[in-house]
Amino acid sequence: MATRQVSIASSVGLHARPASLFVQAATATGLPVTIAKEGGNPVDARSILMVMALGAKNGETVTLSAEGDGAEEALDSLVALLSRDLDAE
Amino acid sequence: MTGDALHTTFHGIGVSAGTAVGPLVIVTPAPKAPDDEAPTTDAAAASGVVRGVLEDVAAGLEARAAKASEHARPILEAGAMMARDPGLAVGIDTQLQSGKGITTAVTVAVEEYCAMFESLGGYMAERVTDLRDVRDRAVARLLGKPEPGVPALTEPSILAAHDLAPAETATLTTETCLGIITEIGGPTSHTAILASQLGIPAVVQAVGIMAIPFGTLVAIDGGVGEITVNPTAEETGLLAERKRRRAAALAGGTGNGATKDGYPVALLANIGTADDARKAAKQPVEGVGLFRTEFLFLDRETMPTVEEQTATYTEVFEAFGDRRIVVRTLDAGADKPLKFADLGPEDNPALGRRGIRLGMIRTEVLDAQLEALAAAYKATGADVRVMAPMIATQAEATWFAARVRALGLPKVGVMIEVPAAAIRSRGILFHVDFASLGTNDLQQYTMAADRMQGELADLLNPWEPALLDVVALACEGGQAMGKPVGVCGEAAGDPGLALVLAGLGVSSLSMAPGKVPAVRTALGLHTMTQCQQMAAAARAGTNAAEAKSAVMKMADPVLADLF
Repeated sequence: MATRQVSIASSVGLHARPASLFVQAATATGLPVTIAKEGGNPVDARSILMVMALGAKNGETVTLSAEGDGAEEALDSLVALLSRDLDAE
Repeated sequence: MTGDALHTTFHGIGVSAGTAVGPLVIVTPAPKAPDDEAPTTDAAAASGVVRGVLEDVAAGLEARAAKASEHARPILEAGAMMARDPGLAVGIDTQLQSGKGITTAVTVAVEEYCAMFESLGGYMAERVTDLRDVRDRAVARLLGKPEPGVPALTEPSILAAHDLAPAETATLTTETCLGIITEIGGPTSHTAILASQLGIPAVVQAVGIMAIPFGTLVAIDGGVGEITVNPTAEETGLLAERKRRRAAALAGGTGNGATKDGYPVALLANIGTADDARKAAKQPVEGVGLFRTEFLFLDRETMPTVEEQTATYTEVFEAFGDRRIVVRTLDAGADKPLKFADLGPEDNPALGRRGIRLGMIRTEVLDAQLEALAAAYKATGADVRVMAPMIATQAEATWFAARVRALGLPKVGVMIEVPAAAIRSRGILFHVDFASLGTNDLQQYTMAADRMQGELADLLNPWEPALLDVVALACEGGQAMGKPVGVCGEAAGDPGLALVLAGLGVSSLSMAPGKVPAVRTALGLHTMTQCQQMAAAARAGTNAAEAKSAVMKMADPVLADLF
């Protein structure tokens, strides 16, 4: 299983539009991607409900995990996405 | 219905004038999960059933989205996305595994998300409506019932509902919808505003209407707020007579608004989009008294560019030629959050960082809008007047006025919606060229009563003498400073209140364009002295009903035909 840690760069946190963009990108990988906050249970990164409920704030570190072909590359692209201030774009 | 059907009368609040007779179509209420539902024994099988139903709900919403208007489409698509959300299915599975019945599991799982999102506010709280809509559709399908909502109207009908959601009213047309009746809601509710825009007679707060069987013939009078079930031939005759008298009273007037003795009171239109502008510009109105610019911003993921905004404003200004256009800068806040300028959840959005308060924080959003307005003004040379929403202090007024004037825009004003601004209008008007009273919010804040809460409708009657006193204070400030004060709330479109407002010193009235003819006729029947006497009599009333009845007694008898 591939995993990555990344700090949320979006100024409003993983909320509203940034959350929606992240979920779309996670769904587009075609892999079962999960996201977890430090010490928390991983949730399905393809669910806007679960990602919004996670409530990851600006500067918080989250762990992404995925399995399957291309998991490493998929997580790299998601890490790149979360490292941008999506709200400002 | 049979011939011995019950003949009864209902009274509610008339919110859109006009009369109609037609069969009643009930908007199906959402079925609830039954209290005595059998527990789930095979969670895996139940999970499969729920997933199938959620997919059907999503597909149904998508099919409707494909046919829906530009405004309704994103609402329906958001619903489809919620129905397909893997997190929702997982939440329901958890409930099924604990043995809850199938519709109870759906309800509980949805409510858990709703409770969480409501506590977060803003964008998240908006998703609650989508989620509950998905729940209602899924529960109905699981119970083998039709999905709730407005059925397809096959013949001209009168629609009755507990309440109508924006998504439900988005598909209504005047060809098939003769009238609207709701059990809740107030004069400034979404249904009321939509009905008067479309010119459909409407009555709200008609408690008990949902008990009348589907297909029953009903007569509705949206002026006085009366509904007659199974009307007699004599009653439909009287209604037709009233309709004829109303048409006669309204006929012929297309000139500028003025009292009988020639005091001008400009009659203006409230608009929200370029499409509204094109329609309103064809009507005999003297311009626009309220251009709500939010429609350009809400439902947008990113801020519209200056170029896009300039193009829209230019289109609106061109439609009105040399007639005035009063533009209200973006009025958004925690209850109408902007996806690209969300300030996060607030405990009390109506009293929070909305209107100019948001504009002063997200200055780049306001500045881009003002830049586009200035460019459209330069391109058209139109009579553009720019005003800020929710001004409370002189400091806010001077801050806004400086920004508007720096861009070369010719006139700057403020909305008076906060009682503080009405009480101290003299000081605020010192810094700007005009003020416009937003009576809906001004009343909500004067009475400390949420305008969206139907149960508080009694406190939100626009004839309320306390509101008239606050309006009078604002007008006194305007007269002292020699600056015009207009009204752009729903009160401006009430033919009786229009007389009172004119008597208080209001110099322009802005309303849904469909209401202009009745107000024009009312003004033309009375002198300014009579208007002033009616204003004094209304303010002398101890409550809204007394204020209105005092005015109706003093008015020309034709006024009663205008409602």
